[in-house]
Amino acid sequence: MNAIETRGLTKVYGGKAAVNHLDLKVKAGELFALLGVNGAGKSTAIRMLSCLTPPSGGDALLLGDSILTAPERVKRHIAVSPQETAVAPNLTAAENLELMAGVYGLTGRRDRAAALAGELGLGPVLGKRAKVLSGGWQRRLSIAMALITEPEILFLDEPTLGLDVLARRELWGVIRGLKGRTTTILTTHYLEEAEALADRVGILAAGSLRAVGTPEELKALAGTDDFESAFLALAAGEGAA
Amino acid sequence: MGALSVRNSREILRDPLNLGFGLGFPILLLLLLSAIQAGIPVSLFPVERLAPGVAMFGLSFVTLFSATLLSRDRATAFLTRLFSSPLPARDFILSYTLPLLPMCLAQSAATYLAAVVLGLRPGWRLLAALGALLPADVFFIALGLLCGSVLSDKQVGGLCGALLTNAAALLSGTWFDLELVGGWFRRAAECLPFCHAVDAGRAALAGDWGGMAPHLAWVSVWAAATLAAALWAFRRKMRAT
Repeated sequence: MNAIETRGLTKVYGGKAAVNHLDLKVKAGELFALLGVNGAGKSTAIRMLSCLTPPSGGDALLLGDSILTAPERVKRHIAVSPQETAVAPNLTAAENLELMAGVYGLTGRRDRAAALAGELGLGPVLGKRAKVLSGGWQRRLSIAMALITEPEILFLDEPTLGLDVLARRELWGVIRGLKGRTTTILTTHYLEEAEALADRVGILAAGSLRAVGTPEELKALAGTDDFESAFLALAAGEGAA
Repeated sequence: MGALSVRNSREILRDPLNLGFGLGFPILLLLLLSAIQAGIPVSLFPVERLAPGVAMFGLSFVTLFSATLLSRDRATAFLTRLFSSPLPARDFILSYTLPLLPMCLAQSAATYLAAVVLGLRPGWRLLAALGALLPADVFFIALGLLCGSVLSDKQVGGLCGALLTNAAALLSGTWFDLELVGGWFRRAAECLPFCHAVDAGRAALAGDWGGMAPHLAWVSVWAAATLAAALWAFRRKMRAT
């Protein structure tokens, strides 16, 4: 079953297509990475899929619900961890988690927050206000705020940006743990992250999808042994979707 | 909606500057002007005329709080995260409005309580004066939401922090009688809601219910129009995110 299906999804800004007729299918439980250089259209695609920006053309179905005709139903299935850290600064980490559970109308907020904090190693900072946390802790909290609602579809926009190697690897473990139970769309600039985590990878360039496949399939498609070379070749248009 | 209301209350109440200005400054002003009154032979600031003016003036800080909160949320990805949640625009506005109403009431009650200490006759008319401020409460909160929806947090500081507080003070008829200036200044002041909010409070304290009604009606029109404009601006911003 497809959790996400886009049909000619397009976004035009000032006559220029940021996303150009995107046709994509992501299976339920799959971890799908969207790769591309700056301005490739990754974040715009996520903003359309999460009903933050209306498309200029096309449509997308998330668990069968259209982002055009049923955005309120789509929003019940999804959670977004934006590229920038998105926390309430004067609330404690625990209160931030409980806030998101409350916004989605979930019960047992305190227990959920405690359980997730344990899973993500947020225990030591749960009682601290978000504004006094380091950038790394804030980032981790920001991602936890997306996870606490246990979404069926999760959008992670550059989740490990600004994290040190240790925190990044810990977060990789959490993201891996979502496989099979949560459909995850991950955007990242770290190619090794996509290669290590993603079931399949889509390469966007200038708003168009240039290639889709497993990391191994993409390397074979580009005729290279390493993923970075494959990405560079395919993003430059030397491969085919 | 409740979870976001609680968050907004906490964000405001946990900022010591908000508490200092919101509760402390109007009382300080009342004490200062009453001390001046005590030292001069003419009746310049009688407490029954001064208290409604200071109570109205204090509400201009609530505009600053609500505008700052919303504009800061807009500046970060926090609001983006919330916009991808199932909360409709109406609930957002209510979540930013409802927590501020009890704050307005508490601020006005503290001002009137200080006025009682300074010689204002206690009695049920004080409750009527508090009630007479309700349309002004809604007006100042809505003005904050309107400014927070369209301005950056720096612009909010200038417009709501400096311009509005001065306008609310000078055009309210609290510090000097508007008749003394007359002309276009008086006509402009009478078009705006500030002096009407003060006159409604003064009429309530005097038990002049007939005299209170037209002032309340005028402030209510301003409150309704400003709230409608805030809702429109917020929805527009939500769609443009």
